Amino acid sequence: MLSRTADNLFWLARYVERAEYLARIIEASTRLANLPSAYAGTSNEWESAVATAGCAHLFYQAHDKATRETVIDFLAFSPDNPSSIRSCFEVARTNARSVRTALTVEMWDAINAAWLELSKYRASGLNQDEHLANFLSFVKETGLRFDGSAYRTMLRSDGYWFSRLGVMIERADNTARILDVKYHVLLPGAEQVGGSLDYFQWSAILRAVSALTAYHWVYKESLKPWLVADLLILNDQMPRSLAACYESIVRNLDSLSLSYGRQGPAQRAARATRTKLESARIDDIFQSGLHEFVSEFITENNRLGAAITQQYLT
Amino acid sequence: MAGDAPVFDEMNLADGAVRPAYETLARWLKTIPTDLLATRSREAEALFRRIGITFAVYGDSASTERLIPFDVIPRVLTNDEWVRLSKGLTQRVRAINAFLGDVYSKREILRAGLVPEDLVYQNPAFRPEMNQQAVPHGIYVMIAGIDIVRVDSETFYVLEDNARTPSGVSYMLENREVMIRLFPELFSQHRVAPVENYTDDLLATMKSVAPRSASSDPTCVLLTPGLFNAAYYEHTFLADKLGVELVEGRDLFVKADVVYMRTTGGPKRVDVIYRRLDDDFLDPLVFRPDSALGVPGLMSAYHAGNVTLANAVGTGVADDKAVYSYMPEIVKFYLGEEPILKNVPTWRCREPDELKYVLEHLPELVVKEVHGSGGYGMLIGPKAAAAEIELFRHKLAQDPSNFIAQPTLALSTCPTLVEEGVAPRHVDLRPFVLTGRDKVRIVPGGLTRVALKDGSLVVNSSQGGGTKDTWVLDS
Repeated sequence: MLSRTADNLFWLARYVERAEYLARIIEASTRLANLPSAYAGTSNEWESAVATAGCAHLFYQAHDKATRETVIDFLAFSPDNPSSIRSCFEVARTNARSVRTALTVEMWDAINAAWLELSKYRASGLNQDEHLANFLSFVKETGLRFDGSAYRTMLRSDGYWFSRLGVMIERADNTARILDVKYHVLLPGAEQVGGSLDYFQWSAILRAVSALTAYHWVYKESLKPWLVADLLILNDQMPRSLAACYESIVRNLDSLSLSYGRQGPAQRAARATRTKLESARIDDIFQSGLHEFVSEFITENNRLGAAITQQYLT
Repeated sequence: MAGDAPVFDEMNLADGAVRPAYETLARWLKTIPTDLLATRSREAEALFRRIGITFAVYGDSASTERLIPFDVIPRVLTNDEWVRLSKGLTQRVRAINAFLGDVYSKREILRAGLVPEDLVYQNPAFRPEMNQQAVPHGIYVMIAGIDIVRVDSETFYVLEDNARTPSGVSYMLENREVMIRLFPELFSQHRVAPVENYTDDLLATMKSVAPRSASSDPTCVLLTPGLFNAAYYEHTFLADKLGVELVEGRDLFVKADVVYMRTTGGPKRVDVIYRRLDDDFLDPLVFRPDSALGVPGLMSAYHAGNVTLANAVGTGVADDKAVYSYMPEIVKFYLGEEPILKNVPTWRCREPDELKYVLEHLPELVVKEVHGSGGYGMLIGPKAAAAEIELFRHKLAQDPSNFIAQPTLALSTCPTLVEEGVAPRHVDLRPFVLTGRDKVRIVPGGLTRVALKDGSLVVNSSQGGGTKDTWVLDS
């Protein structure tokens, strides 16, 4: 297929995934910010939301202070933020239009309907909690609908594999990013210092990657920070964990190399990262530094994205 | 054919009887209640919107503009009429191809003094870059759209030749699909020649003109200016039906005079490009240097004979209004045949006798600029105010060779669903003529455009025009 088509499919999937993640961050932050300070601590949840979304630099160019209003507006609607939910949907739809024939009707409908629906929501209206909740569930449903349409209707050929790669690279980046911003509340020292305050931070992390219920099923324990990290990094049953993302990435890259008859740097890089995740133990990661591990992962993940672009998309 | 001549209606004879080809349709129109027709018409619009969802933008202003009104009452041509038309179309396009081959090589027609040199050399669509350059298999116009109007039971005129990048064929194809869905009963009562094989014909045509250096299964692509182009929807539609890649300029590159597309499996050689991009934008190294839509080096690959462009570069010199008036002579000169399809009688104002006639009869004539298009720079004598006529008198005196004049034609009418019910409205016809190395292919019919306003002769969609399905009945 045309490289431009593959590139569009890859980024289309990434942007839809990103929009859903942003919706989850806003949801988790709202929940934390609403808690009495005796439970949530005095930290500014909205600052942390901006950092988790990875757009702190741009945000503080536009706003002095991170408040509920400014952050929700910036993350959800701002046209100045290339990663706002609005911008994600806009780019996704533009991409979808220019590769219209590579999408199934269902996928196109999901994106196009989301774009039309989006115009009904205005930042000012979101000050009402109910309106905000509706908006966030609309964004999450769009992700589900698009993903489900792709899964149920797309031919299992290169277009599908590039689309899956987009989802998984973005998802791995998102999970790593929330760990990168919140790693300090997961450290053993912090647990003693922070005590129960951090309990709600941990649950917020799990909520942001829709893993709270999964946690209880897997560990059958109350929240422990190292288990939260274990779930999000190493547990390959958990669909948003780094390990699960990389398993899928390796599989999809293998499908591509089989179909095109050759391997490249992307396949090698992906396999190296997966091996590292498979052989790691959470104790060792804490020992050698959770933060270092996660930042290194983010760099490697970005490098893999660049390698895929280099190998296939240009 | 003057303004006061009786209008030819394709269904009803002057005495109220119905032409044989329309008999079944006329009976059906009598039995079907008008409000049911209106309901079907709304269903048709909904279907087009759905197809629009599939192929084009949906929900923004650009796309709503693109939904051209569709009239549910088909236009009917008999097989005899079509046979004559298609012979005439084939002849016309053969002549156009011969003319282009000649003006870019030996120029015998100019030397014979049949077409004035300045009409060719000073024509903005003439491409000196194509001088003495062979094109693959000597074919310039693979895809032509010839606009036809009818004035009586015998006479079809060619109104305009479109030899660059004619559009509208997707409407021809979709109109038929929608009609079959909405009125299956009509298709069991009529034997309507199918049109759905158009895209297969187009692909066969493209493959037949692949350069000799191409493999036995040549790679064809459709080159679009991109999603901001007004016809982008048609480009995606055609690429989808053809099963070829829809490429933009940036998807292609040229290496050692061979064109490649960038694919996920590495560079892939491209042999035939159906380009829906104007000459000016094709190659920034040769034409407009500021064009980001084209492919640097494309012309050099083209001249090296390693890629076929459909249509060829520089075909615009053949579909110009001034050259149009010479088409009867062009047909005779190259083919030694009498033209089967007539031209609309045309006065060339560059010739003093004809200018004199035009100036004396301005209030009854249509005066057109030679290079104008889309109805700009036009005088419609019978509808013009005195001041406007005087303005054109002045313009004609200043620069007579920039104008041609034609009588005001009484275009034929067809029954059409309008607010008041079913009423006659003026129509034209654009059949699409495909010229390959092996043969000429024309699917029966074409795109009928209809002027929805009472009395209007303007069928352009920008001015209240719609489209109809066009039926050629098997005899």
